[in-house]
Amino acid sequence: MLNVSAKQTQKLAMAGIWGGGVITLLLLIVIIGYVLLQGLPGINWEFLTTNPKGGLSGEGGILSTVVSTLYLIGITLVLLVPIGIGSAVYLSEYAPNNRLTRIIRYGIETLAGIPSIIFGLFGYALFVTVLSFNFSILSGALTLVCLLLPTMITTTEEALKAVSYSYREAALALGTTKWQMISRIVLPSAIPGIVTAVILCIGRAIGETACLYVTMGGSAAMPSSLLEGGRTLSLHVFYLAMETNAMDKAMATAAVLIIIIILINALTNLLAGRFQKRLKGIS
Amino acid sequence: MTRYFTDKLAKYIVFISGFTAVVILLLIALFILREGLPAFSEIGVFDFIFGNVWRPGIDQYGILSMIVGSIAVTIVSMIMAVPLGIACAILLAEVAPSKVRNILRPAVELLVGIPSVVYGLVGLVLLVPIVSNIGGSGFSILTASIVLMVMVLPTIISISEDSIRAIPASYREGALALGATKWQTIKGVILPAAKSGIGAGVVLGMGRAIGETMAMIMVIGNSIAFPNSLLDAARTLTGNIALEINYATGTHESALFATGVVLFVFILLLNSVATVFLKRGSNAQRLG
Repeated sequence: MLNVSAKQTQKLAMAGIWGGGVITLLLLIVIIGYVLLQGLPGINWEFLTTNPKGGLSGEGGILSTVVSTLYLIGITLVLLVPIGIGSAVYLSEYAPNNRLTRIIRYGIETLAGIPSIIFGLFGYALFVTVLSFNFSILSGALTLVCLLLPTMITTTEEALKAVSYSYREAALALGTTKWQMISRIVLPSAIPGIVTAVILCIGRAIGETACLYVTMGGSAAMPSSLLEGGRTLSLHVFYLAMETNAMDKAMATAAVLIIIIILINALTNLLAGRFQKRLKGIS
Repeated sequence: MTRYFTDKLAKYIVFISGFTAVVILLLIALFILREGLPAFSEIGVFDFIFGNVWRPGIDQYGILSMIVGSIAVTIVSMIMAVPLGIACAILLAEVAPSKVRNILRPAVELLVGIPSVVYGLVGLVLLVPIVSNIGGSGFSILTASIVLMVMVLPTIISISEDSIRAIPASYREGALALGATKWQTIKGVILPAAKSGIGAGVVLGMGRAIGETMAMIMVIGNSIAFPNSLLDAARTLTGNIALEINYATGTHESALFATGVVLFVFILLLNSVATVFLKRGSNAQRLG
């Protein structure tokens, strides 16, 4: 028989546990709701298609920051995706279970835990100063590649590992080389998972600020080359909030960011669901 | 013949890209140390770490107040985030029906995705005025800690939830069969069995907290004075680097890299503790 106090503690504890969930959900609703409520009225065609004019009043829109963000993501992906996939293929298909592999895994884990600003310091020392790319979109992108590499590798590796072993065995039994098996069977089967990894990295690139703040220069002008400075949407929010009085513009830019992040999250969930269904369906 | 050549070539290329992460890690350590060492030797390690005054204008470089600032926001945010995060993890892993889970889990994922400047902006516009009603300017350790609490919640929730889920069903069934209530099962069996994983989640959350930069700059006030209360403005190690690196030269620049070295050491320590926790967790589960 349960005594009354055990029942009461049970009730109290469950209330606490549910309370935790409710508070977390409320925090999210308050943050997103507040930003959208304050920001959405400021978003219109003119805001999206004019450049920021600078100054204390923060006049203008966000066009050049959108362009800078796209340039930055473009160059980052060109480098990140091949290296990330290569590294994941090595770990999932080739790496023997030995000390070297453990060192590589330790390196990836450690890199994943290093704060953005340390990557920024590194990018500032190597790309901005030693290689004299100066404060530029290129310096920012190279720094971002270093920062996102662990995410890209681990997510891609998971996608490769999810491909059933029977696929690999069937291919090898047909007399393919190991690389033919990887390039024609494993990688194509893992494409939805790899796409999810890329989208995840794009999401993180859009939200990243600290490492870019110290490598990209932050010019609000429309970038005409990759060796020029620029500012991403996220950096623009920071500059508006800290250096101008235009809180309405900062909120509108933040609302744009929130909308992009919500879309990206929905897309990754959709893709991840499809991928799992497909693998289950075949094997 | 060519397909065997391609096979070999592919193997080497893939092998090399496998090493990129390690090479980057070594380069980061190398560059930050190389740039930071002159400051350590000119200022002295002790004076740098325990020095109270940061005034680049008169060549005074002591980062104690920023170490205190970073540790203070980390601890205060953890005091709020740990109970909330563990409650949420228990709810997701043990209590909530799948309908609730399907709402709460994407919500937690969304919290991860929100850019840190957006947290900073909401903190600046919404929270700073509220805290200033309690006292001070509103730009304070307390404000920064509240913002950080929300930012580290997802880390604590997801790692704790994973470790609770990894506990074999037989544990629960055993406890319930002995007549324990759900809560007695959770408190007496589940949480003790998952404590290593939860510990790892908390420590990794601390790593995220101590490394956060932009949101901190936006709400903590960035004062170089030594903070005496939670309502005082302060500056974090990360904020110190970000605010000054772009115009610093000479010893000042080197001192900022040295600040990075100190931050780096903090992170490595926290990561090793987390690794120990995770290893212990997986060993315990293998035995169970």
